[in-house]
Amino acid sequence: MATSRLKALAATTASVPITLFGLVLVTFLIGRVMPIDPVLAIVGDRAPADVVAAARLELGLDRPLYVQFWIYLTKLAVGDLGRSVMTSHTVGEDIRRFFPATMELATVAIFLAAGIGIPLGVLAAVKQGTRIDHTIRVVCLAGHSLPIFVLSLLSLLVFYATLGWAPGPGRQNLMFDDMVPVVTNFLTVDALLAGEWEVFRDAVAHLLQPAGVLAYFAMAFIARMTRAFMLDALAGEYVITARAKGLSPMRVIWRHAFGNISVRLVTIIALTYAGLLEGAVVTETVFSWPGLGQYLTISLLNADMNAVLGATLVVGVTYLGFNLLADVLYRLLDPRVS
Amino acid sequence: MQVEIQNLSIAFPTASGMSLAVRSVSLTLGNEKLGIVGESGSGKSLTARSILKLLPRSARMTADKLTFDGIDVLSANENAMRAIRGKRAGLILQDPKYSLNPVMTAGEQIAEAWRTHRRGGKREAREAAIDLLAQVKINDPARVAAAYPHELSGGMGQRVMIAMMLAPDPELLIADEPTSALDATVQAEILRLMEDLVSRRGMALILISHDLPLVSHFCDRVAVMYAGRVVEELGAGELAQAKHPYTRGLLECMPALSHPKPRLPVMTRDPAWLV
Repeated sequence: MATSRLKALAATTASVPITLFGLVLVTFLIGRVMPIDPVLAIVGDRAPADVVAAARLELGLDRPLYVQFWIYLTKLAVGDLGRSVMTSHTVGEDIRRFFPATMELATVAIFLAAGIGIPLGVLAAVKQGTRIDHTIRVVCLAGHSLPIFVLSLLSLLVFYATLGWAPGPGRQNLMFDDMVPVVTNFLTVDALLAGEWEVFRDAVAHLLQPAGVLAYFAMAFIARMTRAFMLDALAGEYVITARAKGLSPMRVIWRHAFGNISVRLVTIIALTYAGLLEGAVVTETVFSWPGLGQYLTISLLNADMNAVLGATLVVGVTYLGFNLLADVLYRLLDPRVS
Repeated sequence: MQVEIQNLSIAFPTASGMSLAVRSVSLTLGNEKLGIVGESGSGKSLTARSILKLLPRSARMTADKLTFDGIDVLSANENAMRAIRGKRAGLILQDPKYSLNPVMTAGEQIAEAWRTHRRGGKREAREAAIDLLAQVKINDPARVAAAYPHELSGGMGQRVMIAMMLAPDPELLIADEPTSALDATVQAEILRLMEDLVSRRGMALILISHDLPLVSHFCDRVAVMYAGRVVEELGAGELAQAKHPYTRGLLECMPALSHPKPRLPVMTRDPAWLV
């Protein structure tokens, strides 16, 4: 049984490079067919013709598309994503700087979302049809149907502008800017490493609001899926068996019914987390959060194609990675999948 | 141990009002083996499960009396019921493919039943589980204990189920069509095993089935249910003296090697049976 499981795992893993290649190809092509002239973006629209021609040559844009793609691939193979016109850093450096901010946000959000969403979903399923169930459903529906920028703005309006409980947009108070040495680029972790409690507290305070908005959105989805899965599980014959054994209601619900859906939930949570990592664009914009989403948006508006390609690739690879992780976990955790 | 059911009715809400699934059923059960036979939907499962109060959520149960060894099941809350469920009365369901938890090993599920009612350590429970598997005549109990339900055959699964329900040493076993999902060859084995264990432990048994001759073979007494009612109660040896036309009809539909019939009769149902 163990060997067949390993084989299936190997097969899943083998499909990753192919998907990755497709991702690079599509991203590259979209970047090239977009009606934006990257040369113009660099030299400006008043540059003389020979400068434009020289820049075009330097970028290799005069070569056939497949040669350009090959060059991009060979550079990508050694981790070279090119240089960002906008920041004049390499795209790799930029991503190392911006991605941790997004990850920090998404990680806090997913913990909040799962920590609240799962118990809510289980509760709603156990109390199906009661007032508790309806309340939870309305709360989740709101999280799901309100556009996230509305939610973000409302949150800022209420908690920052009116009540003054939360700090405003941004990742930290300007006063603390550059106070802690950069190690991981996770501000909270760096602040802890430096032992700067005030910076840490400030970073957490800034983090909570955008993370809360993202978490609400993700929580709604997780709670809804948990409820649906649980209803399915609670209707199972083995739940009758568990009750007939004289087990406590808590044990019937959590060990038997929830035990049967936890594997599926792991998949849901992994994919939601991946979605948060890539999809925080709007939230990051509203909260001026210097993450990958914001980097991607600004690069796109500035026709900074290397940056756009690089950021898109990171998002794609992240999604693929989590997909793979979910797959592997599914195979490891569910005894029925071989 | 004595189970008394008086005037039990179970109803379900439907679009057109309450629909009665069990209609004023009265039964008593001492330390004996009672068979309940009837076709699908005749209310035999609901009647048996009402003793454990394990009815679907929407079911409405009323009775003049429903007691398990003097405990009033009608007014008992979940906590009080848990003192009966498993510990004093076990329930075996039809298909182990669905009634065993698919993500727990057979051993874990038996050990859980044992530990819930016997207050012992984890290792003791595991040993007890393997011992119980041996008691239900599984040759390689350690291997089966480590197996998940989907790795077991139907017959094996039902043995695991029996071992699990016998773990707390209950006084009553309710077997709800325990062999319907099994191959014909395995059916007899499982029934013989169950009957052997029940007799040896001096337990009471409620065997639900649609197989009238089979039930009469294994039980002391048979209750025949039709459309939510007990239409006839017979001693196992008195099947030939059955009076109710439904019971007679069932018996006559049965082909027998000793009295071959060129053509089996089709039962004609009298609407008067429903009144």
